[in-house]
Amino acid sequence: MSNSPLTPGIVPGRLQAEAYARNFADHEPPLDRHEARVAADRCYFCHDAPCIAACPTSIDIPLFIRQIATGTPEAAATTIWSQNILGGICARVCPTETLCEEACVREAAEGKPVEIGRLQRYATDVAMARGLHPFTRGAPTGKRVAVVGAGPAGLACAHRLAMHGHDVVVFERRPKAGGLNEYGIASYKATGGFAQKEVDWLLSIGGIELRCGVELGRDVTLSQLEAEYDAVFLGIGLAGVNALRAPGEDKAGVRDAVDFIAELRQTADLATLPIGRDVVVIGGGMTAVDAAVQSKLLGAENVTIVYRRGQEKMSASAYEQDHATSVGVRIICNAMPVAIHGNGAVREVELAYTVETPEGLKPTGETFRLKADQVFKAIGQTLAGAPEGLAVAGGKFAGPAGRVWVGGDCAAGGEDLTVTAVAEGRDAAEAIHQRLTGA
Amino acid sequence: MANLSSDFIGIKSPNPFWLASAPPTDKQYNVERAFEAGWGGVVWKTLGAEGPPVVNVNGPRYGAVWGADRRLLGLNNIELITDRPLEVNLREIKAVKRKWRDRALVISLMVPCDEDSWKDILHRIEDTEADGVELNFGCPHGMAERGMGSAVGQVPEYIEMVTRWVKQHSRMPCIVKLTPNITDIRKPAEAARRGGADAVSLINTINSITSVNLDDFSPEPMIDGKGTHGGYCGPAVKPIALNMVAEIARSPETRGLPISGIGGVTTWRDAAEFLALGAGNVQVCTAAMTYGFKIVQEMISGLSQYLDDKQIGLSDLVGRAVPNVTDWQYLNLNYVTKARIDQDACIKCGRCYAACEDTSHQAIAMSADRTFTVKDEECVACNLCVNVCPVENCITMVPLPKGAVDPRTGRKVGDYANWTTHPNNPSAQAAE
Ligand SMILES: Cc1cc2nc3c(=O)[nH]c(=O)nc-3n(C[C@H](O)[C@H](O)[C@H](O)COP(=O)(O)OP(=O)(O)OC[C@H]3O[C@@H](n4cnc5c(N)ncnc54)[C@H](O)[C@@H]3O)c2cc1C
Ligand SMILES: Cc1cc2nc3c(=O)[nH]c(=O)nc-3n(C[C@H](O)[C@H](O)[C@H](O)COP(=O)(O)O)c2cc1C
Ligand code: SF4
Ligand code: SF4
Ligand code: SF4
Repeated sequence: MSNSPLTPGIVPGRLQAEAYARNFADHEPPLDRHEARVAADRCYFCHDAPCIAACPTSIDIPLFIRQIATGTPEAAATTIWSQNILGGICARVCPTETLCEEACVREAAEGKPVEIGRLQRYATDVAMARGLHPFTRGAPTGKRVAVVGAGPAGLACAHRLAMHGHDVVVFERRPKAGGLNEYGIASYKATGGFAQKEVDWLLSIGGIELRCGVELGRDVTLSQLEAEYDAVFLGIGLAGVNALRAPGEDKAGVRDAVDFIAELRQTADLATLPIGRDVVVIGGGMTAVDAAVQSKLLGAENVTIVYRRGQEKMSASAYEQDHATSVGVRIICNAMPVAIHGNGAVREVELAYTVETPEGLKPTGETFRLKADQVFKAIGQTLAGAPEGLAVAGGKFAGPAGRVWVGGDCAAGGEDLTVTAVAEGRDAAEAIHQRLTGA
Repeated sequence: MANLSSDFIGIKSPNPFWLASAPPTDKQYNVERAFEAGWGGVVWKTLGAEGPPVVNVNGPRYGAVWGADRRLLGLNNIELITDRPLEVNLREIKAVKRKWRDRALVISLMVPCDEDSWKDILHRIEDTEADGVELNFGCPHGMAERGMGSAVGQVPEYIEMVTRWVKQHSRMPCIVKLTPNITDIRKPAEAARRGGADAVSLINTINSITSVNLDDFSPEPMIDGKGTHGGYCGPAVKPIALNMVAEIARSPETRGLPISGIGGVTTWRDAAEFLALGAGNVQVCTAAMTYGFKIVQEMISGLSQYLDDKQIGLSDLVGRAVPNVTDWQYLNLNYVTKARIDQDACIKCGRCYAACEDTSHQAIAMSADRTFTVKDEECVACNLCVNVCPVENCITMVPLPKGAVDPRTGRKVGDYANWTTHPNNPSAQAAE
């Protein structure tokens, strides 16, 4: 293929084969044994450790790190998994700089936290490579639970229910389980098909039946599930996306960032995936950063993130922003799209500078244009396909109702993170277990 | 998960990890929290005779030695036995034992060296329902000056006498705790056995000065300008303790005498080493004082993983290494190894070179591009490079196969042969 980053339009194969392999390799390579020992040695084994409180799943971090330090990473993995059964993916995708590692006392002491995420990955990788799954199905209770959505929330819920001996059926509308682990997370964070490997590993506990290609609302209704099962858990994530509400949004080349990322994640040979020369990403969160970075890694010449408020308001962490700029992404803040121009396909994005006022965000009146042959919208996901009759607050399920529990991105409370979804799925399973058995 | 339940001289506990007699076991509050954290048993902080309790200093009582990153490697203390009234301790011991039936609770004792004193204290502790007594013949400071602690522990005849009194006046299992401040640890152990002890425990702390204040010219910890020697413990004393445990485990006079291993136990691995050298269980003080009671969780998970991996039970581990502890003269002089440097792991720091070139056998070559290689014709296999290399397993000792020629000596590697038959040994016996 003779395309290059300078080829106009949305085209595949802008890079050499090795460049794709290099660009999409493990973003943070695993620690080897020596590195893990050295990193583990830095942990002080704090009392009532602040890192534990900062982890949404409350992993006993000092204990698992000490278990690594004493040469028993398998025991460390058991410590991790007993709180967070998706500890493998979380180790790869958690924004640790705003979670556990931000709270680490060595961040306060030296500005260099213990590398908790990478140590967590080391332990879980070692244990998974040994084929360890240190949990067994509890004695059968005869109770049946339906879990809708095989994302982190649903999977964590299903596993904990299986541990308690309940029979679980997971309904997933996509062809594969994993949720955004499989269809959303940046591909350099979960290389080597890790998301599917982890799903298979998780299901190996037994007692969980996975039914892919079944959509709640289309193939089955909530009332059917309620009638057939003793409890229902909804972990359906946020399937909808916000609209830009700028004229020209429907032009060719304008697309939801999450769809682009899902396609990227399912593309075996990234040289076949078309990408623009001038890519503009609208948004300020993790999705915007991931779409922009991966556009750049696919060979786009110019990639710009445009965020309507100040940089300090971006929900993507400083670490993620630095990652974006380090690969050559430009970040423009305090600007919002007012129109998409082009004859059929996008050619330019027109943007207005903004200011924060007591009445809210306002355009300053000054506008400018960015060349664009591809525009990704990353301005937030929304709850879609919510069954009737469940209370919704702030665009999310308000909480459990009757025999229906909710968790993960679709539920109110907590940040929209993988690790939060795991915590909520696990806790819902405990609540369901308590309700079903009185335990 | 391997079953860690332990039976030490008839005293049962859910795991072999006990807290040693020291501040962590000085009161009900501590001991209950330790049991909640998972400790298998405790030896209560040493009780003294009826009457006004001892007093402690009111200035600092600990000194320390640190490694890199301020890791606590050694701790020294000038604390005495419990300074709380006897009745309070006895009441609390009884309450704890009632509540925690499955845990081991042993009472440590130190009273003046006369039969009545011992008879009296044994009588006083009788109805606590404690599982046994430990005789503290170990404290190297404060109590020794009063004719107790290591002052008794350093005289085997006294140990034997007191132990005999205890066995006469009590039905409780009796553990004699030994001081390491003695030349040959086997002598007090033999005395304890003669006196009828059910077990020995060791080591108590080692006489030491951890540091000197170079502005005020006083040992640390400094009390109003003066300091005194204290008892040393923690990871730094483990090698000394391991040797003493092994000596007792393999000596014909003391072989089979149950041992409770103490001294620097910080991780499951330390514990496993004590057990392999013949200890039936371990006691821990400094690690808990450094990291808190929770530390036992790593000891439990690590030891059970190890036993599972080895597919052995706890009792199979006890004493497993004892047959392999021998005297120097029986070591195989035809076992020839050479250092090997893993070039992929090597970070080219040159520490192995400095050590070997400056202080050993000039057996490591350094090239212009800082590649370090071993000269087999010079390497005596001393292991110094292995010990100074910062990368674990980067340098290993590889044995030469039998029949191979050692490039250093030009001699073939032969069958087992030791010093007793070596031609250079003036008193060598001819090989049979
Ligand atoms: C691009 C992107 C990057 C991200 N990067 C990170 C990151 O680096 N780190 C991080 O912590 N978080 C990240 N997140 C957020 C994280 O992925 C989510 O918070 C997490 O996946 C939420 O889990 P969940 O189980 O609630 O929902 P999801 O992962 O969305 O899973 C929901 C599942 O339900 C299924 N489903 C939906 N509707 C139905 C229905 N009607 N019937 C049946 N099944 C249904 C879906 O197909 C999906 O499989 C990212 C999100 C995005 C979009
Ligand atoms: C502050 C302190 C007080 C101690 N008090 C006693 C005691 O009262 N009786 C006793 O038998 N040993 C006492 N010891 C010794 C410990 O029980 C133990 O033998 C020693 O510390 C070695 O173990 P370690 O390396 O795990 O600390 C004390 C140790 C310390 C640090
Ligand atoms: S799950 Fe995430 S937040 Fe929790 S300890 Fe692991 S890396 Fe940190
Ligand atoms: S805060 Fe940091 S040093 Fe303290 S226990 Fe957690 S990881 Fe270790
Ligand atoms: S000490 Fe170890 S790491 Fe350093 S040069 Fe020698 S072999 Fe290499």
